[in-house]
Amino acid sequence: MAFNHKHILGTEYLSREDIQLILDTAESFREINTRSIKKVPTLRGKTIINAFFENSTRTRLSFEIAGKRLSADTVNISGSASSVTKGETLEDTARNIEVMHPDIIVIRHGHSGAPHYLAERLNCSVINAGDGAHEHPSQALLDILTMRQHKGKIDGLKVAIVGDIAHSRVVRSNLYALNKMGADVHLAGPGTMMPSGIERLGATVHYDIRAAVKDADVVMMLRIQLERQGMTLLPTLREYARFFGLNDDVLKLAKADAIVMHPGPMNRGVEISSAVADGPQNVILGQVENGVAVRMALLYLVSGGEQAVE
Amino acid sequence: MAEQGTLILDKAGVRRALTRIAHEIIERNKGVENVALVGIRSGGDDLAKLLARQIAAIENIEVPLGTIDITMYRDDLDSRGSKPIGKTEIPFSLDDMKIVLVDDVLFTGRTIRAAMDALMDLGRPRAIQLSVLIDRGHRELPIRPDFVGRNLPTAINEKIDVVFDGERNPLEVRLIKS
Amino acid sequence: MKILIKGGRVIDPSRNFDQVADLLIEDGKIAAIETTIDTKAADQVIDATGQLVTPGLIDIHVHLRDPGLEYKEDIVTGTLAAVAGGFTSVACMPNTKPVNDNKAVTQYIINKAKNDGYCNVFPIGAITKGMAGETLSEMGELKEAGCLAVSDDGRPVSDGEVMRRALEYSRPFGITVVSHTEDLSLVGEGVMNDGFVATELGLKGIPWVAEDTMTARDVMLAEFTGGRLHVAHISTKGGVDIVRQAKARGVNVTCEATPHHFTLTDEAVRGYNTDAKMNPPLRSAADVAAICAGLADGTIDAIATDHAPHHIDEKNVEFRIAMNGIVGLETALPLTLELVAAGTIDLPRAVALLSCGPAHALNIPRGTLEIAAPADVTVIDPSLKWTVVREELKSKSRNTPFTGRKMKGAATCTIVGGKIVFSR
Repeated sequence: MAFNHKHILGTEYLSREDIQLILDTAESFREINTRSIKKVPTLRGKTIINAFFENSTRTRLSFEIAGKRLSADTVNISGSASSVTKGETLEDTARNIEVMHPDIIVIRHGHSGAPHYLAERLNCSVINAGDGAHEHPSQALLDILTMRQHKGKIDGLKVAIVGDIAHSRVVRSNLYALNKMGADVHLAGPGTMMPSGIERLGATVHYDIRAAVKDADVVMMLRIQLERQGMTLLPTLREYARFFGLNDDVLKLAKADAIVMHPGPMNRGVEISSAVADGPQNVILGQVENGVAVRMALLYLVSGGEQAVE
Repeated sequence: MAEQGTLILDKAGVRRALTRIAHEIIERNKGVENVALVGIRSGGDDLAKLLARQIAAIENIEVPLGTIDITMYRDDLDSRGSKPIGKTEIPFSLDDMKIVLVDDVLFTGRTIRAAMDALMDLGRPRAIQLSVLIDRGHRELPIRPDFVGRNLPTAINEKIDVVFDGERNPLEVRLIKS
Repeated sequence: MKILIKGGRVIDPSRNFDQVADLLIEDGKIAAIETTIDTKAADQVIDATGQLVTPGLIDIHVHLRDPGLEYKEDIVTGTLAAVAGGFTSVACMPNTKPVNDNKAVTQYIINKAKNDGYCNVFPIGAITKGMAGETLSEMGELKEAGCLAVSDDGRPVSDGEVMRRALEYSRPFGITVVSHTEDLSLVGEGVMNDGFVATELGLKGIPWVAEDTMTARDVMLAEFTGGRLHVAHISTKGGVDIVRQAKARGVNVTCEATPHHFTLTDEAVRGYNTDAKMNPPLRSAADVAAICAGLADGTIDAIATDHAPHHIDEKNVEFRIAMNGIVGLETALPLTLELVAAGTIDLPRAVALLSCGPAHALNIPRGTLEIAAPADVTVIDPSLKWTVVREELKSKSRNTPFTGRKMKGAATCTIVGGKIVFSR
């Protein structure tokens, strides 16, 4: 099985076989995270730069741990510490990073398409850790790994994704990947947060959380940006919680063994009630744990990605 | 494929070699107390399973059995690319155990180097011994097997093919000239 | 100096003239158009056999960036790009630095164009001071200085009262008000057409309704005031419908469409192509079809390029922060001829959309081959094949989504006021 991607820009560009290989590789790496010596020499001597031009705690931490457990040297630059605030262009920033000869750049950027921009201009591998409202491939892959662990397969699963669909990169990455893996995806959210043509990415669109959650195997709640309250997209968080929040009553509509997911960080009492967030069906911390393994798999696979594998 | 090349060991030959190795392991370790077998994926894990069965037949003791995947410890990522990573399963503590690493063919020694590094990351064995079905020479590292099924001088461009059946039992060993 | 253009198909839609004929230019004027004119009558003979001879083409929507933004373009390079594209007259937008909202800037543009430019330049003044959308500019004096029209192009006049007064005030001066119709509150942070492609790329969309509500408002204000309105760069199906209905009611409105809006859709943005970022944005296939229909049925009066040069540093950035606009002067003619090849419009209509149509919209005294008219003439080889190469463009900026496109048709000779300013 060949993995011949130099970059991970989005799940849009990955085949079903690619995704399967990433998940299988991640399963193998998961075991390392439970050892007392949580380190293998796989990427010894490689340099990984985590360039986070937008705030993120857990994704950056997850990529950093993933790199370190593979023995790579990981260096972080963040939005405030980097030159972006000094008016430097992304191309100049990229050129300056390039001459330090990194092997992989992991980039989080507020502008959709920024990782593509870098991939076109740099010799090293580029991994998209979230670009604007476009894609967040490692999140979708860890979501799917979590689903596979709990459900044994993805084919035929009914997956409900609820929240701010329009501004979510997690949704787009999940839509591409889940459809390739054979899932039946249902979306729900307020009318102001449902972007045009999203159904063409392979989803059934609802404006009622109950319709989406009904008989679902997986219920994925999205984080609502608190600052959207009072703007034109949302009247109040209270109203959002009432109509689009996941609570025990709504969750009862899903299959009895349905799992509840959230990419974090959660707004308890807004998109998800504490009872559900801490309830027996939640697999939210499992997602975070899988994040390290999936990111190890991505770092490993792009490192040898240009050579054909027998 | 199996039709090609020269037959080195047939099914009975493989079985005899493994039986002898089983005896040697018992003899060297004065029994099998604190002895465990770890097979290297892929090929060595299947042989380790057979060896464990042979030892059990002789000593009436089931030795602990594990498998190890050395992909994460390879030193040729840049030249050979990212290979799929297999499972490492060692369902016992390595600490203070005498580990017999089992592989099918010993060649440059780089796989064994990687396997030893992998074992060291998983625990602190008292000793590591090496058992191989075929030693074909051409060592690139100072590594020497403790138990050998068959020494077979080869040319560098030849290939040793250990053929398994559908149940992953060894059928025969062939030397293939390229 | 007498120039004789021999054997070409002379198309002058202003007089419904279309036949193979010889055309004689004398003293900077059109002297004669006859079946055969003796070559002895001329100092210079241009063989136009198999070619088209048309009124000099007119582009009523260009940004020459001069004064103040000469790093993008200036009057010399901009007019050179114009004549290379077959244009003999351009009308330039006032969003320069400083804004052309006063006589001094207008005179600077006119003088520089006269002294150093390659073609006629008709400046467009600002509707409001500083294009701030608040107080009217001194339109009377702008007219006196040489402006035929006013526009705040690049920005809408958001305040309805200001737009009403602009239409009322400009009317007695015979000034056309060119409106950039866009409701900024509906545009928000949008950077491309609102639709499936925007959803997929994770980019904020600009819905068609942001353009149409403002087009409707301005058309109604023109109807109410009796003012002279020209709608710039119409890009939506709804916009075409609004203008069509208004014209049927007798509203004094004209409008234009750009070659990119009748050629490309928002699919061109894929790959975060900043050379496909403009305002109004590239729209859907249905919008493109509606614009083509409008060009054919007369709803749309002119093809205008919205030539918007930008420096490479303003385009070679992330999509969201890239500048809007593309250069268009050198690609407009072959893209218009593509419509002819596709059967959307016939050749005389294509010429009309690039000559008498735009001349009428802005009251420019050009766009005809009448005897004694200024000798602005374009000779076009409609079968000349060429490929768009960035480095070969005459404009100072090369921001075009048409790089690499195989074109058919080009101006082979551009004559302004009886002088050959470009030939290939």
